[in-house]
Amino acid sequence: MKAAKGTVFKYGDNVDTDVIIPARYLNSSDPAELATHCMEDIDKEFVGKVSKGDIIVATKNFGCGSSREHAPIAIKAAGISCVIAETFARIFYRNAINIGLPIIECPEAAAGIDAGDTVEVNFDTGVITDVTKGTTYQGQAFPEFMQRIIAAEGLVNYINHGK
Amino acid sequence: MGMTMTQKILAAHAGLDKVEAGQLIEADLDLVLGNDITSPVAIREMEKMKVDGVFDRDKIALVPDHFVPNKDIKSAEHCKCVREFAYRNKITNYFEVGEMGIEHALLPEKGLTVAGDVIIGADSHTCTYGALGAFSTGVGSTDMAAGMATGKAWFKVPAAIRFNLIGKPAEWVSGKDVILHIIGMIGVDGALYKSMEFAGEGVKNLTMDDRFTIANMAIEAGGKNGIFPVDDTAIAYMKEHSDKPYTIYEADEDAVYDEEYTIDLGKLRPTIAFPHLPENTKTIDEIKEDIRIDQVVIGSCTNGRIDDMRIAAKVLKGRHVAKGMRCIVIPATQAIYLQAMEEGLLKTFVEAGAVVSTPTCGPCLGGYMGILAQGERCVSTTNRNFVGRMGHVESEIYLASPAVAAASAVAGRISCPCRLK
Repeated sequence: MKAAKGTVFKYGDNVDTDVIIPARYLNSSDPAELATHCMEDIDKEFVGKVSKGDIIVATKNFGCGSSREHAPIAIKAAGISCVIAETFARIFYRNAINIGLPIIECPEAAAGIDAGDTVEVNFDTGVITDVTKGTTYQGQAFPEFMQRIIAAEGLVNYINHGK
Repeated sequence: MGMTMTQKILAAHAGLDKVEAGQLIEADLDLVLGNDITSPVAIREMEKMKVDGVFDRDKIALVPDHFVPNKDIKSAEHCKCVREFAYRNKITNYFEVGEMGIEHALLPEKGLTVAGDVIIGADSHTCTYGALGAFSTGVGSTDMAAGMATGKAWFKVPAAIRFNLIGKPAEWVSGKDVILHIIGMIGVDGALYKSMEFAGEGVKNLTMDDRFTIANMAIEAGGKNGIFPVDDTAIAYMKEHSDKPYTIYEADEDAVYDEEYTIDLGKLRPTIAFPHLPENTKTIDEIKEDIRIDQVVIGSCTNGRIDDMRIAAKVLKGRHVAKGMRCIVIPATQAIYLQAMEEGLLKTFVEAGAVVSTPTCGPCLGGYMGILAQGERCVSTTNRNFVGRMGHVESEIYLASPAVAAASAVAGRISCPCRLK
């Protein structure tokens, strides 16, 4: 699976799905349209600044609240290549894997990495490298079946491709 | 080493004699649920799968409730997508406007959720049905799609936290105060990935509606599910509402819990969660400042049931909401609406200066029917007070019971019935 590399957007604890994609935009399920409102209620500048490949780093309980799959869909469609957090809320974790958005739990990386750092994530080994600071962290490597789901761009394609 | 109640239900649905925390299993599903926001995404995903229709048209429930009656053209398109899918697949339990209600109040009332079931729903508050002794949990749209197609879902068997309830709640203290107290105690990720198992002699002192409210907000502590033992109250409810066979599972004596808490219901006080997290709780006695409010919402899958309507009406009877206050009451289902009408509760609300809405999730998630402007404050019986949840990012939500919400509507500030003249 291809490594992720990009500039970091950093957030704190309990980033909920209502600030990731506010419900006032849930009358659409179009990924491109959802992406234009991604993170709007926590970081108005996110959409203007994000580039393809960038990485979100947050502390604990990222993605708490609603089960809306629109949240990981919006993040992925905005160009984010990976979300690193101390912990994820459980429904968000499942949804992210199911739609093919790589996410990785690593408390040390979540604490050590700052906004604006350039970070690289190797999904085969789980190694997270802060290129700016020259530090590395060991996150949890994805089991092979999860790597294949993400490589297939989500659970549906994975099922269709006969696993 | 014994199993928890949740683990026993999961083992039975996976065809296993025994499971333990952390084990990955595939379980048979008794019900798969979706609403007007999550179902269109699930339907799109399911149509990409190479399957012939749904696994069982009787075991899928589709409930347009978030933005219905349709709030705008895009919402109408979503509802149309769900409706056409339901007709095309001959889904038995599709509930149109006029039959519907807020999903987690509606399904138990329609008898579709009973003890021992395994239920997934593409809505985080699907954990509500644990009140009846079912394992039920929220998932996303892709899991819903796979569930509709195959009738199965994979789970990591959860570890558990046990809440031993003792005593009896005092007047004006209800299920909402119990769950807000617990979330305040363990935090919004205090039960992350775990099941919250309620037990103890205090359970008998909680009404069925209290239990629905408590199980409903398990997700607000990060829980995978919340679950209650099946006692006479739960059996009476199921007999009244359902023809489905139910199965009672009990936790083993030697079941393992990561943590155990004892909560004396008699010592709880009306509890309010301050912005912007459900864990920011204070009891009414701890609030020293005067918090003036602009709006009150009484409703939602958390607190839109008949008990909630009765408590609110008891507080509002012979009183009037404060000048300048908007008080919005939303009975959660058509049956609750009708019962509230027959009991004269709706008359009480209107005479008190409140408005009564058709069933909808509406303002709870900032959809419509009561959106807040910049700087406005709302006391709400809903379940989340996140930034921007009910409108402007600089508005504020205070979560509370129907008793506190109704009293606050009268006072124009955060209050409780015991403080009203």
